[in-house]
Amino acid sequence: MTRDEIIEIVKKYETNTGKLLGVLEDIQKEEGYISEEAMRTVSEFLNVPLSKVYEVATFYSFFNLKPVGKHIVTVCMGTACHVKGATRVLEMLEDLLGVKPGETTSDGKFMLTTKDRKFTVNTARCFGACSMAPVIMVDGKIYGYVNSDKLPRILKEYGWGDER
Amino acid sequence: MNSRMGDKNSVNFRIDSLDSLEMVKHRGLKKLLPDIPRVSVGLATCGIAAGGNVIYEGLKELIEKEKIDAYLTKTGCFGICNEEPLVNVRLPGMPIVIFSKLTKEDLPHIVNFIKTGILPENNKNVLCKIEQWDHITTENPITYGKGYPEIPLWNEIPFFKPQRKLIMRNAGITNPEDIEEYIATGGYSALFKVLNGMSPEEVIGEVKKSGLRGRGGAGFPTGLKWEFTRKAEGDRKYVICNADEGDPGAYMNRNEMESDPHMIIEGMIIGAYAIGATEGYIYVRAEYPLAIERLKTAIEQAREYGLLGKNILGTDFSFDIFIARGAGAFVCGEETALIASMEGNAGRPRVRPPFPAQKGLWGKPTDINNVETWCNIAPIIKHGGDWFSRIGVERNSGTKVFSLVGKVKRTGLVEVPLGTPLKEIIYTAGGGAANNKKVKAVQTGGPSGGCIPESLFNLPVDYDHLAEAGSIMGSGGMVVMDEDTCMVDTAKYFLEFAVDESCGKCTPGREGTYQMWKMLKKITEGKGTDEDLKRLEKTAKFVKLTALCGLGQTAPNPVLTTIKYFKDEYIAHIEEKRCPARVCRPLINYYIDPDLCRGCTICARNCPVEAIDGRPGYIHIIDQEKCIKCGTCMEVCTFNAVVKLSGEEIETPLKPIPVHREGK
Repeated sequence: MTRDEIIEIVKKYETNTGKLLGVLEDIQKEEGYISEEAMRTVSEFLNVPLSKVYEVATFYSFFNLKPVGKHIVTVCMGTACHVKGATRVLEMLEDLLGVKPGETTSDGKFMLTTKDRKFTVNTARCFGACSMAPVIMVDGKIYGYVNSDKLPRILKEYGWGDER
Repeated sequence: MNSRMGDKNSVNFRIDSLDSLEMVKHRGLKKLLPDIPRVSVGLATCGIAAGGNVIYEGLKELIEKEKIDAYLTKTGCFGICNEEPLVNVRLPGMPIVIFSKLTKEDLPHIVNFIKTGILPENNKNVLCKIEQWDHITTENPITYGKGYPEIPLWNEIPFFKPQRKLIMRNAGITNPEDIEEYIATGGYSALFKVLNGMSPEEVIGEVKKSGLRGRGGAGFPTGLKWEFTRKAEGDRKYVICNADEGDPGAYMNRNEMESDPHMIIEGMIIGAYAIGATEGYIYVRAEYPLAIERLKTAIEQAREYGLLGKNILGTDFSFDIFIARGAGAFVCGEETALIASMEGNAGRPRVRPPFPAQKGLWGKPTDINNVETWCNIAPIIKHGGDWFSRIGVERNSGTKVFSLVGKVKRTGLVEVPLGTPLKEIIYTAGGGAANNKKVKAVQTGGPSGGCIPESLFNLPVDYDHLAEAGSIMGSGGMVVMDEDTCMVDTAKYFLEFAVDESCGKCTPGREGTYQMWKMLKKITEGKGTDEDLKRLEKTAKFVKLTALCGLGQTAPNPVLTTIKYFKDEYIAHIEEKRCPARVCRPLINYYIDPDLCRGCTICARNCPVEAIDGRPGYIHIIDQEKCIKCGTCMEVCTFNAVVKLSGEEIETPLKPIPVHREGK
């Protein structure tokens, strides 16, 4: 993102309350992650030390500090999903996409990206769609009652297996 | 379509008198009870996930194509989530008919009903009807119409039988994106009453009289909290709506924001007036994008109509609301962490006192209430604190919305008066366990709560009884567990959550939870000892007493309650190296029953680690050394020949032998 684009985001905020998190979220919405460059610009325009911007970006699980794949598949790990087999859904997903389980990025967050950068798999605490557990989200769209039949069909909507 | 309704109102004006409020109410009622068919599609997150958008677009296309004069609009969630997508159809003068589990193929029947009033054959997709509805904030219930004797009334359906909808008074009926429909149901009339004749002290007095306690979980009396903040010294004061609904398995706040955002805004304006605040914030978690969208729309509309901003309703009172977003940190539900987060810091709690009522946001007196607490304010003002205090049981007045999920037949949002027995919620509304299983326990209060065993289901659900049982009300999540849920694994799951979400500030919260998790992990791997169990209980009690904030203090609850009520499961893991629910992987084995295997090879072909030996027509065998216990073979086997066992084994051949077909 350019400096001007970041300044535009900063200007949208009417009060100081909620500003830093809001600005970082808006940047991530555009770019998929928060780059070091973006953090520096935010630090400069909000007049907040860079160390603090970094602290905030690493404290909250929502922020990615590394580029992500084209499509983001998030597996809900909430209680209802857990008792209905979310761990199994995550395993199936890792298996289908060929990403290695158990890998975490240097900031300790769970995130797996396929080699072709088409998919990133991560987890979330709860989407609040518990009645349809287990649930996954792809690019903001929620899919409920996920099972081994449904999962490949969902991924195909996003071009999985096209090149095979 | 909608020719006479118009989603956007051409004339907007600021409401500044009873006459202008009445006029908007009238306009809203025309949309709610039009003289043409009204069709509304349930479009909260769960409705959308179930395909609500496809239904909405499909209906729009058909209605346009057939040039039907009907008002197509959207609504929120009616609570019965496993029946989604839902569509409400009301023909002029007739009851609202609720259709459920719709697919695109069903739409021609619905359109035919809209056109002719003839119900689909065999009442396909018809769930129930609403003849009359108490929107609570209206003078009298609204009568939508009478008719269709063959369709059950909404509260004749088991799921709704024990329910009383006070908070969900408009959810699933009105359009959450239209302020005029909110006003049509008596919305903002409580605010009008407050700003035209009630002193701040009188408002606080009513809230105190109502006995309303905080719906975030701790249950502190709301009126008292308001009074503290009102009396605190400060040139500026704030009110905050805590919408950081982080409990996994709980989503009532999401629905309240998505289905009826104005009730939260109205509650906050009344609270701000009583407290003397000039600015308000709604702190919403980032995982709820639709809730944020709907709140933004509602805030903008409220500003347009003169209900937020300068000189509200033409009086001297000025107040505005802004949205602050969270970013995925459970601890931010704790009020001091939430404030830190809003100020742009990492969300770490601090020691109280001073309480936010004295020193809150930016060091100013701040009142923080949960979403659902705010939802109760307008009805309390409208009908008085005495009226509210008569709902529910002593010291626990009002209703509470619970999200009933997990291994239960009917899932969804259940609103009942406090004091309703657990079994009413789980068996009457929820229908008990799904798939002919037996309910074992219910987990209330999320990671801060506990597991209540089936034997205690006569327990009245209120703050005090849940605490006595070792759990908490929390924000209202209820996850049902059946015989296939392992209670030790459940405790481990919640501790893993606590470890992950601990902010790292205090040692009990950071290290205590980690040590407990390590012991639980050991037990679920079959390596635990009696000593571990004793140490686990001791650590849990220690953390409960010494942690800095609510997250740490309540993190041991899942451990303590499972030890209290399900000690036999811990002992089975420790002494018999057995997981009775067959969940903990190191303690289970998969076998292929030689009597049932037909030698089809599907399991061998799907095994990710090639642990299954066999060929067509031969009985297959799992190599226990190689098996990673993923369960794929069990999922793919079409003959139910794969069994999962813990602490026992079955006899299998040493190498594949031909399948005996005769007599089998």
